Amino acid sequence: MPKRRSSTAKSTSSTVSGENNTALPKKEDDDTDEDEEKLKSRLFAEGYDDDESDEGDNEEDDDEEEDTDEDDESDSEDDDDDDELLRESSDDDHDVVYASERPSHSKSHSRRNITADTCDSSDEEDLRNTIGNIPVSWYDDQDHIGYDWEGTKIGKPAKKSEIDQFLEKVEDPDYWRKVRDKQTGQDVVLTDEQIATLMNIQRGRYPTIGYNPYQPFVDFVSSQHEIHPISNRPEDKRSFVPSADERRMVGRMVHAIKMGWAKPKKVKPTDEEVEAKRYYDLWTAEESEQKTKTEMARIKMHFPAPKVALPGHDESYNPPPEYLLSPEELKRWEETEPEDRRRNFIPQKFPSLREVPAYARFINERFDRCLDLYLAHRQQKTKLDVDPKDLLPELPRPQDLHPFPTTLSLLYKGHTGMVRALSMEPSVGQLMASGSDDGTVRVWEIGTGRCVKTLTLGAPISSLMWCPNAKMALVAAASANNVFIINIECGDRLVVSETLTAMNNFIENSDQLNVAQASVTWSTVNDLTGSSPAVSHLKLTFETEIKQVTWHAKGDYFATVTSNGARSVVVHQLSKLKSQAPFQKNKGSVQTVAFHQTRPLLFVATQKHVRVYNLATLQLAKKLLSNIRWISSIAIHPKGDNLIIGGYDCRLTWFDLDLSTKPYKTFRHHKSAVRSVAYHPHYPLFASSSDDGSVMVYHGRVYSDLLQNPQIVPVKILRGHKTTDGLCVLSCAFHPKQPWLVTAGADSTLALYTY
Amino acid sequence: MVRDKKKHEAGAATNYISRTRALKKLQLTLKDFRRLCILKGIYPHEPLHKKKVNKGSTENKTFYYVKDINFLATEPIINKFREYKIFLRRLTKAKAKKETDQVQRLYDNKPVYQLDRIVKERYPSFVAAIRDLDDALCLCFMFATLPHTKSVKPKFVHECRRLTVEFMHYVIAAKALRKVFVSVKGIYYQAEIMGEKVTWIVPHERGVPHVNDVDFSVMATFIEFYTTMLGFVNFRLYHTVGLHYPPKLQGYDPSGAVASADTEDSKERVYSLAQAIQKVGDVDEQSAVDEFPPEEDATANSEALRQEAESLARLRTLFASCRFFLNREVPKEALTFIVRCCGGMTSWALGPGATYSEEDQRITHQIIDRPKLQGKKISRLYAQPQWIFDCFNARRRLPIERYFPGAALPPHLSPFVEERAGDYVPPERLDQLRHLGHDVDNLIAQKEEKGPSSAPPTKKKRSTLPPSKTGTDEGTADTPAKPQMAVEPGQLHRDNKQKSKNEEGQELKMREMMIAKKHRRVYHKIKRGTKRHAREVDTLKRKRAQIDAGN
Repeated sequence: MPKRRSSTAKSTSSTVSGENNTALPKKEDDDTDEDEEKLKSRLFAEGYDDDESDEGDNEEDDDEEEDTDEDDESDSEDDDDDDELLRESSDDDHDVVYASERPSHSKSHSRRNITADTCDSSDEEDLRNTIGNIPVSWYDDQDHIGYDWEGTKIGKPAKKSEIDQFLEKVEDPDYWRKVRDKQTGQDVVLTDEQIATLMNIQRGRYPTIGYNPYQPFVDFVSSQHEIHPISNRPEDKRSFVPSADERRMVGRMVHAIKMGWAKPKKVKPTDEEVEAKRYYDLWTAEESEQKTKTEMARIKMHFPAPKVALPGHDESYNPPPEYLLSPEELKRWEETEPEDRRRNFIPQKFPSLREVPAYARFINERFDRCLDLYLAHRQQKTKLDVDPKDLLPELPRPQDLHPFPTTLSLLYKGHTGMVRALSMEPSVGQLMASGSDDGTVRVWEIGTGRCVKTLTLGAPISSLMWCPNAKMALVAAASANNVFIINIECGDRLVVSETLTAMNNFIENSDQLNVAQASVTWSTVNDLTGSSPAVSHLKLTFETEIKQVTWHAKGDYFATVTSNGARSVVVHQLSKLKSQAPFQKNKGSVQTVAFHQTRPLLFVATQKHVRVYNLATLQLAKKLLSNIRWISSIAIHPKGDNLIIGGYDCRLTWFDLDLSTKPYKTFRHHKSAVRSVAYHPHYPLFASSSDDGSVMVYHGRVYSDLLQNPQIVPVKILRGHKTTDGLCVLSCAFHPKQPWLVTAGADSTLALYTY
Repeated sequence: MVRDKKKHEAGAATNYISRTRALKKLQLTLKDFRRLCILKGIYPHEPLHKKKVNKGSTENKTFYYVKDINFLATEPIINKFREYKIFLRRLTKAKAKKETDQVQRLYDNKPVYQLDRIVKERYPSFVAAIRDLDDALCLCFMFATLPHTKSVKPKFVHECRRLTVEFMHYVIAAKALRKVFVSVKGIYYQAEIMGEKVTWIVPHERGVPHVNDVDFSVMATFIEFYTTMLGFVNFRLYHTVGLHYPPKLQGYDPSGAVASADTEDSKERVYSLAQAIQKVGDVDEQSAVDEFPPEEDATANSEALRQEAESLARLRTLFASCRFFLNREVPKEALTFIVRCCGGMTSWALGPGATYSEEDQRITHQIIDRPKLQGKKISRLYAQPQWIFDCFNARRRLPIERYFPGAALPPHLSPFVEERAGDYVPPERLDQLRHLGHDVDNLIAQKEEKGPSSAPPTKKKRSTLPPSKTGTDEGTADTPAKPQMAVEPGQLHRDNKQKSKNEEGQELKMREMMIAKKHRRVYHKIKRGTKRHAREVDTLKRKRAQIDAGN
């Protein structure tokens, strides 16, 4: 059996390949022996060796086309049928017989076959159809189907009748394996191999019978050394002729070795060897080494990085409960920027160690530290470790600087508007006058707080000053466009009567009355409400509103400040009822003016500077640079060498006129605009009042020794007025005899502070 | 003829150099410059007059000392950087051409640089290196936990792990650990080495969270330097205490035929910290600490020193007779480290380094961090891990009752806080300090000064008033009866405290007003600081009082 198997396998391979075009007629089987011999020899000469091809084909070439078709159908219908068929093909008697017969058959047929094959190519008697690859149906109407080699027609075989077919079907046991060759019209009997091939194709197997797709791989170019060459190609010449190029290369190498240029490749130490030698005592020679100058310098100039702060209790995983953040604190922590946080984590409490999670910013913090180490500037800073009290200046104790006003003793109530101006009776100090926004001037008795007199001027009073001449009871009050020189008719009777006569004298002797001079008109007024009608007062009418009125120390001259350009400052002489504007040109808007007590000097404060004019020579004597953005008030020391200036920018400056044109001291003790400043006539005191509601009292001692600088010490902060409309203490003045201070407030009261 | 002086050719302008100019001068890229600065420890300096240095411009710039940059210019590593750049260029070229042997040759001759010399240069003395160990340790401990990435090379991670373990072995051998603190960020340790305090933090063993805004290449450069430095420091430290470097387990036989698996295992056992490592020869521990005979003029300072030495001796033998068993949920490394520093022994259930099992009868303590305890053994004590930390900081074995498994733990306090008068001190800390033998009175006195301050004056009033009254009474009683010459008992002049206080306050205010401009800022800064501190202390006190009242 195995023998047969192998042989069949061999034959089928060839038959299948030649199946399509080798439909050989029976005729050729009957060839002569000579022919056979001849052909055979020819064939060998040509090198053919597929001798046994078509051996079965030729034998069992019969009609079987339809039958196989039937088989196909049955196959598709029923698997059992198919099995039967298989059984038939393998177990049938005749098949066995056929198989046993086979060797002889094949032997006998082989020769014939060869002849047939050879005839294919050359024999003239070959009945090969030459119609080519066209549908055979084109020959349906013809008697022939195509032509043989010589062009003669191949006749159609006689068509069998139904009965013949039936008989054949019944009688011929090979009927089922007959297939009709369409091209020749003859029946071909399929061999067992062919059937098996067809069955394989049907079942989707490899068509070749017994083909093993998993054959062991044969390594043709094996790793073993073969004694025979694979290819028969003769060796190249270059394979046995020594290479000139290599020779040169070797020569170069040899030369390099000779000359000592070439060195053997270094043996690389292994990792372990490297590791073992990696570390050694780096600092062995630490002490003995002598460092160079530059090394020492580098060591000296190195600033080590500051160490990271050590953690406190709040960083604990289980801190005391007070360190945990309350919801408000937590909210505040979250709202602040990460850079501004005092603590870069949230204190948390965990009941046990296993519940502590990883800290999410651990790597970031380490990275930040790295950045700090190589990017942050380093600077050596001496940390000031001082008691803050040591930084404070040593001042004389206020107790040693008594007397100065300390307590609020009296409140003078009566005004209905802001009290803007305030002035004390000179020398005696029994009375004081105050001017208010309600348009009245009130005269108060200082000691009792009684309002002695009320004069109504109609318009709000912006400035007011008692005449410094002790023999005159006069008050100059600025109200809107007018300045009133009011005969106050209070106090010492002698003074009152003297004032009356003096005033009358002035009025009678003057020819300037009711004459416009320097944009001022002098006139008399008798009917001031609150004064007796027999008494005449003077009234100066200006073109613009008056800011300030101030007396010269002697009480004859007085100056007014208006906002009237170049003629804003006008100096008046009471005795002659004369006015003159001393300045031709305007140097900024004049804020306030002041007369020097003894010398003929006029201080004119513009917005930032104070100009000192000599009235005798009519020249600019000095220009003081105040450091203040907007000057509000000015006061001159009774001795005349110092002055203080208050500004709306909270500043107060002290000038020593002998020292410099720049401030000797500048203070910013008030929180709001300084409204007025005042010196005490006798005591070494001065005060400043401000809109923040406070009045600062300073001890300001001026030494007669020119080398000694004035000593300025703040001694008291006085409060007593209420803030109204952002204004509070509008004016302040010292008592001429006592260390008392009177302030005028925006809350329409005056306050007396006594010692 | 006098020549005009040109600007910016002398003085500060010539001492400083901006970074851009430095780069140009050194012909380095910014990246290489950064690496060089990190390795050489060069940092920018802030000039006193920026405008002068910046040639009149107020632009914000980074300035270095010219001397520093000149110093960098002489550094041979710069050449290595350049060689490396060339190497990379050649490598890419060879790879692109697929010249494998050229690639191999290039790799064989890859330029490498040694940092030994730089370590020596930056730390001329060993103590200087110890002083700067904090950052190195922190970073190495962190790196040892990182996963491998492109910039975090496994080589560095392994090396960091090895070096940190070596360092911990030294601390154990020298018993140099002084303070431990478990914070939310990690575990802080402080050791005293060569008289220097070295503090480092180890992250909790919880895996690495996702990280943003971190340039690992910068940290890798730092690590490059720190590993070298730490290696040399370890080497020297090991030799000072007579340990074998690299560390080998005690009783470990370094015979030639050791399988690689064995070495791996021994490495793991070394890393577990559980076993002692081998010493070189016999170094007598007692000889290291010389005992001086007590001096005659024993001052308070020397007394304090003696006390400190005693407490340290106690610390060294705190767990000397104890055998611990660590449950698997407790931080093994940290606890082993601490226990070994106190002379104890630890073991655990699984993993290398476990020396005895849970069933061992000799176990005296078992550290457990679970709410419930199962299979309790009578022969041993059970405690939560905080007990060990707290015992260590207290330098004595605390009563274990408060640390039983599942118990609410007492607060864990920072041992790093040094209390000063006026600070807030939690009551737990006060107890602790008392036990440590510190003088707590000043802290308490400061604490309670405000409270009772209002009480004594009233008492005084009462005590002072009656005598004066009785005196006057006597006087009045006597005079009508007997108009004798008598000395009237003087009336005690009583100061109005409030008035004097007000006056003082006003006086202070006047002085504050007149403070010199030079001192004004710093004065107000100090004032603000003290105020804030007082406010914080006040808040803590209030919160504590509330909590105490609530309980």
